[in-house]
Amino acid sequence: MAESETVLEHHFRDLQQQREVSELGMWIFLMTEVLLFGVLFTSYTVFRHSYPAGFAAGSRDMETTIGAVNTAVLLISSFFIALSVYGAQTGGRKKLLWGLAIGALLGVVFMILKGVEYYDHYQHREVPGILFDYAKPNAHGVEIFFYLYFVMTGIHAIHLTIGICIVVVILVAAYRGRYSPLYHNPVEIVGLYWHFVDIVWIFLFPLLYLIDLKR
Amino acid sequence: MSEPVITGRSYLTVLIMLLFFTLLTYEAAFIDLGRWNTPVAIAIAICKASLVILYFMHVRYSSWLTWVVIAGGLFWLGIMLTLTLTDYVTRVPVGGF
Repeated sequence: MAESETVLEHHFRDLQQQREVSELGMWIFLMTEVLLFGVLFTSYTVFRHSYPAGFAAGSRDMETTIGAVNTAVLLISSFFIALSVYGAQTGGRKKLLWGLAIGALLGVVFMILKGVEYYDHYQHREVPGILFDYAKPNAHGVEIFFYLYFVMTGIHAIHLTIGICIVVVILVAAYRGRYSPLYHNPVEIVGLYWHFVDIVWIFLFPLLYLIDLKR
Repeated sequence: MSEPVITGRSYLTVLIMLLFFTLLTYEAAFIDLGRWNTPVAIAIAICKASLVILYFMHVRYSSWLTWVVIAGGLFWLGIMLTLTLTDYVTRVPVGGF
């Protein structure tokens, strides 16, 4: 078939191998992301073990509702991104385009809510290194908690921003008809990246927002 | 080209389960489970991550090579956390750290 001749690169045996290779490449990259976020979570573990009271106090100062809403926002965005891949697989142009568009839009919603949170913390003087003024007990532990909070959610936010930009690029290409059931590797692997960023947040939410909220 | 094995309806089911687990972890945080609050939260997070990996990332239907790569990454993470913690949880506190 003419289309398979144009989309198959010469160094691959067939389309399936080409698809599996691009998938493998993204997975190996995602494992390096596990290295990056893994060390951050390890740091978190070590410091929470050393400053349990400080971490609990810092966590209680978090806006749990915004965190929960943001969790739902990212989960729903992952659903739409997965739907866009399904659209690419089945030639469903509407699912492909709207899935990517709504996914990226929800990513922007997440960033806006994050920005509101960051601003709130600044207002409460809870930004280590920039404006930190905590007069209650466990101040040192609370400062370390907020330091980790900003570093971990900040690096997550950078990843999400990059993801949003890439999804928009893929959306433009999809709009121009670059993808078909025969070839849609970029859509699939961008989807993998997006879901990974979602998984990081799935762990960030309970560890940062839900430490000690017993009524 | 492989046939899509996960339908849009399946994705919706997974999403509903994910949102349910999110609600569960949120509510569980307000219940006093003693020292079990954090393990319960982590367990729920692992369930959610597994759903995303197996279905949204369609790993359930991926090649064994993909499984090996993922297992390798998780195994590394396990070593990192375990060995680091063997240091810190066996330290005798002598003020400060």
